[in-house]
Amino acid sequence: MLDDFLFRAVLGGVLLAVVCGPFGAFIVWRRMAFFGDMLAHTALLGVALGLLIGVDVRIGMIATCLAAALILAYGQRQSRIGSDTVLGMLAHSTLALGMVALAFVQGVAIDLMAYLFGDILAVNTGDILLLAIGGAFALCVLAWMWRPLLALTVSPEIAAAESIPVERLRLIFMLLMALVIGMAIKIVGVLLITALLIVPAASARFFARTPEQMAIGAGLFGAASVLAGIALSWHVDTPAGPSIVISAAAIFVASGIVMTAKRHFSQG
Amino acid sequence: MTAPLIEGRDLVLSFGSERVLDQVSLAIYPGEIITLIGPNGAGKSTLVKTLLGLQKADSGEVIRKRGLTTGYVPQKLAIDQVLPMTVKRFLTLTRSASRADCEKVLGQVGAGHVIDAQMSQLSGGENQRVMLARALLLRPNLLVLDEPTQGVDVSGQAELYRLIDEIRAELDCAVLMISHDLHLVMAKTDQVVCFNRHVCCHGQPETVRQHPEYRSLFGSREADAIGIYHHQHDHEHDLSGHVVDGCGHDHSHAHGQSHSHDHAGDHGKTAKEAAGTN
Repeated sequence: MLDDFLFRAVLGGVLLAVVCGPFGAFIVWRRMAFFGDMLAHTALLGVALGLLIGVDVRIGMIATCLAAALILAYGQRQSRIGSDTVLGMLAHSTLALGMVALAFVQGVAIDLMAYLFGDILAVNTGDILLLAIGGAFALCVLAWMWRPLLALTVSPEIAAAESIPVERLRLIFMLLMALVIGMAIKIVGVLLITALLIVPAASARFFARTPEQMAIGAGLFGAASVLAGIALSWHVDTPAGPSIVISAAAIFVASGIVMTAKRHFSQG
Repeated sequence: MTAPLIEGRDLVLSFGSERVLDQVSLAIYPGEIITLIGPNGAGKSTLVKTLLGLQKADSGEVIRKRGLTTGYVPQKLAIDQVLPMTVKRFLTLTRSASRADCEKVLGQVGAGHVIDAQMSQLSGGENQRVMLARALLLRPNLLVLDEPTQGVDVSGQAELYRLIDEIRAELDCAVLMISHDLHLVMAKTDQVVCFNRHVCCHGQPETVRQHPEYRSLFGSREADAIGIYHHQHDHEHDLSGHVVDGCGHDHSHAHGQSHSHDHAGDHGKTAKEAAGTN
């Protein structure tokens, strides 16, 4: 069955969406959407470096994302420059650097659109293996640090006062994010990965009463978006990555309408 | 003599050119209630954060007793609307507990009805009760409260202090409290530390109240007003049928109260305003 490109696309997309659910919830809670965007931008540099050095492009993307997360963790300790400025500088300089570096890559025809908007229909068995292993690893680490990371999100002060290693958890979370984003680019691309993280989580917010419900709900809504997006792409022949994001946005709007209507009726 | 739970020695901390902690030494012993008072910007919260290890001092040392469990109630905790959080889930934020245990501690603080409510929908008073319930679940040796009565009305404040006292009795823990509500604090606390970047004076409430540095820090008018306010509070308790504590310092207030009786109204307001601005 792995021979069928459609099956591979669905499997890879659903795997990614399930991993992105809980991470997206944390991005929404911690207001790190721009951080996700920044990491994705640096991935293009990873593509160029991978091609130049002759390493697998996927490894290149994950490695540059991890490096960017480390630089950012350091950069955010500087108080003279706001962390949003540090993010913006890093995002766009690395994007520019990536484009310049790509110009040096000779003889390889690069499908830039595939990196910007994803190429889920070209997902191969190696991609799926990477997503399964990397995704399982990321989810396991996240589950392991779930309670302290959530405490830290609610109040860094309570967490620190009650002996939670705040700085270490922040760093681990940033590195996990980098891993997830590095893996995700093949599916939805540099420009759309943040949407797959935050939109399903935002939809899940309407229905959730606890953080855990929101994280699981985000995974389910993400998976539904992937299925709907691929179906749309299949039947109407639209680009798959953007179709997934549009589906996620449609689910968000529908959720909002349903919940608003429900509240309206329950109040009489 | 028992060892202190936390001891800060000669703590110095500057933010830029401004010295916030100037050679501060403070020790907290098991079971005592310490109240830290001082004007706006005196560095009270900073001192507490330094003692807890949330803020690193430039010099000096903080010695914490091994195996110390701290429960921290921050000044204001507004849980973001983007994070769905029931009270039950919040109680188990840093440590797991059964629903029965959660119900028990909420009952103790008089907030049993909110267990399934969202944190963001609680009133100020309910919020503080839930914070105290969480502290109860943690069973700390040291409970740290940063202005626990902020945003709570006067009768609610008295109730909160009563709860804190109950919790202290039940857990046999020490309590370190930052406060500006001098009138109420003084009735409960073992030791008052009057603080303005350095320890101005410390001791039992009445000792501090008479201390010239305390009076200059808050101004004599306000220091007196606080006494009057205290009196009014005790009076309320008399009217509602409760017996006023027969401890020494209540009686010793009598002198100050009687000779400034005619100012009671506006001075009472002054104290309230002072409390509101911190």
